[in-house]
Amino acid sequence: MSSDGKGWGRSVVIGIPYVWMAIFFLVPFLIVLKISISNSVIAAPPYEPVFATISEFFAKAGEFTSASYARLFSESIYVESYLSSLWIAASSTVLMLFIAYPLAYAMARAPKAWRPTLLMLVILPFWTSFLIRVYAWIGILAEEGLLNWLLMSIGIVDEPITFLATTRAVYIGIIYSYLPFMVLPLYSSLEKMDDTLIEAAQDLGCTPIAAFWRVTFPLSIPGVIAGSFLVFIPAVGEFVIPDLLGGSDTVMIGKTLWEEFFNNRDWPTASAVAISLLLILVVPIVIFQNAQAKAQEADR
Amino acid sequence: MKRFSWFNVTSLALGFGFLYLPIVILVIYSFNAGRSVAVWGGWSLKWYVEVFQNQQLLDAAWVTLRLGMLSATVATVLGTLAAIVLSRFGRFPGRMLFSGMVYAPLVMPEVITGLSLLLLFVAVDFERGFWTITLAHITFTMCFVAVVVQSRLVGFDKSLEEAAMDLGCRPAGTFLRITLPIIWPAVLSGWMLAFTLSIDDLVISSFTTGPGATTLPMKIYSDVRLGVKPEINAVCTLVIAVITVAVVGASILSKRQEIERERAERAAFAAGG
Repeated sequence: MSSDGKGWGRSVVIGIPYVWMAIFFLVPFLIVLKISISNSVIAAPPYEPVFATISEFFAKAGEFTSASYARLFSESIYVESYLSSLWIAASSTVLMLFIAYPLAYAMARAPKAWRPTLLMLVILPFWTSFLIRVYAWIGILAEEGLLNWLLMSIGIVDEPITFLATTRAVYIGIIYSYLPFMVLPLYSSLEKMDDTLIEAAQDLGCTPIAAFWRVTFPLSIPGVIAGSFLVFIPAVGEFVIPDLLGGSDTVMIGKTLWEEFFNNRDWPTASAVAISLLLILVVPIVIFQNAQAKAQEADR
Repeated sequence: MKRFSWFNVTSLALGFGFLYLPIVILVIYSFNAGRSVAVWGGWSLKWYVEVFQNQQLLDAAWVTLRLGMLSATVATVLGTLAAIVLSRFGRFPGRMLFSGMVYAPLVMPEVITGLSLLLLFVAVDFERGFWTITLAHITFTMCFVAVVVQSRLVGFDKSLEEAAMDLGCRPAGTFLRITLPIIWPAVLSGWMLAFTLSIDDLVISSFTTGPGATTLPMKIYSDVRLGVKPEINAVCTLVIAVITVAVVGASILSKRQEIERERAERAAFAAGG
């Protein structure tokens, strides 16, 4: 199994997943790239096989044009949805830290016997359907929903507040749905921390709060970084949350791509949106993977 | 022995309250006799009865279940192979590209994965439906399996495999007799992860589907867009119940296996030493 597993067996074991990923990941990606720079006439539906063969497909798609990309810059909806996606993802990541950090901290400081159960409780919602968890908020945030009912029966407000179909609801949705992704890396960095360091800091005259900011927090920064990227990257391309909880004024790039594709049936523009979304995410993805690789080296 | 401080108790209560309250509310309202989400009309099972009489929902659930079983099984085989390649095969031409292809889908926005797979199916004129969704699900879930299995492969003692090969076991035999039994819990949890990802997926399925293949999330999504419905609460409650039982059961089972394995290892050492 190790390095001396040479010969045809080795080639087969490498070959099967390799070819699969090449066909179903790499090639489709190249097609998106190709379509994004093709003429909208040939790349758009109707769904009849526009391309008789793959070679014809590439021959036709070979007529380059940057029209789709030009649209991205000339029409304000695209620039606006890129910027607002980045802003919504970044600010909900920061807000989420304020909820996730105390939770992860308390889990890491809980008695050892409790920790596996607490961990299980954080992971469990991550296994339950994303769609269902977003849907759960519709009933709470709706005009005649539970939150308004609660606020009105306590007497805080007289009129129902509009939560649903606002950007506020999108923040709530993102923070709620991605919370486990933030808590888990934070917990694992806080849990392996050596308690004697904090005791030492306190023995040397640090107040507990100062010990936290000078010892605990700096040591948990790898967890903060990992969690933030794990949340930020998928949140930028999020579709379900802005679509179900956001209003028509909440523009996010994932939703724009979806509408371009399913409602406007403009495949080249949808492909150009996809490629430029990826270009925006490449930098955070590379930073994240480098940080992960470094952390793995440090563990060894 | 550490004890809970008031700060930690408050953080835990608020954090878990936030995580679980919406789900609890959704479950409770699935038993509401009234149609409204705000008015409590008493306990009732009538929405569950409606779910089981709704043929469209049942069909969608059946499609989703078959899709999840099939794609998770293939994805587990492919993902385990990918994990072995990444953790045991050292250098080979194109390794960088391979690890990139395995890790990239983990963070790739679903809209991009869905769109690119659809364009592939259109380009080769593959009829869209159940099979195209299956291929798409295998592709994105196998990467998650690979990561889960790889972390287990990295964590265990390679000398066991080396010993088997020194004693004349061929690589394939070593894998079946030594490696696979040790990584088995990780392979199982990889399968579980692939299965839940598949039955949860909305975006990739919506892009790659064709006529006649509607999954449960697609059905829920199209109903939800028209507003909150108690039947949907009932469906969601059923899904949550199934997944919770499966996940908690699997984790208890793997914990028990771990303990038994450790006990067996200790017994072996005691007998040998």
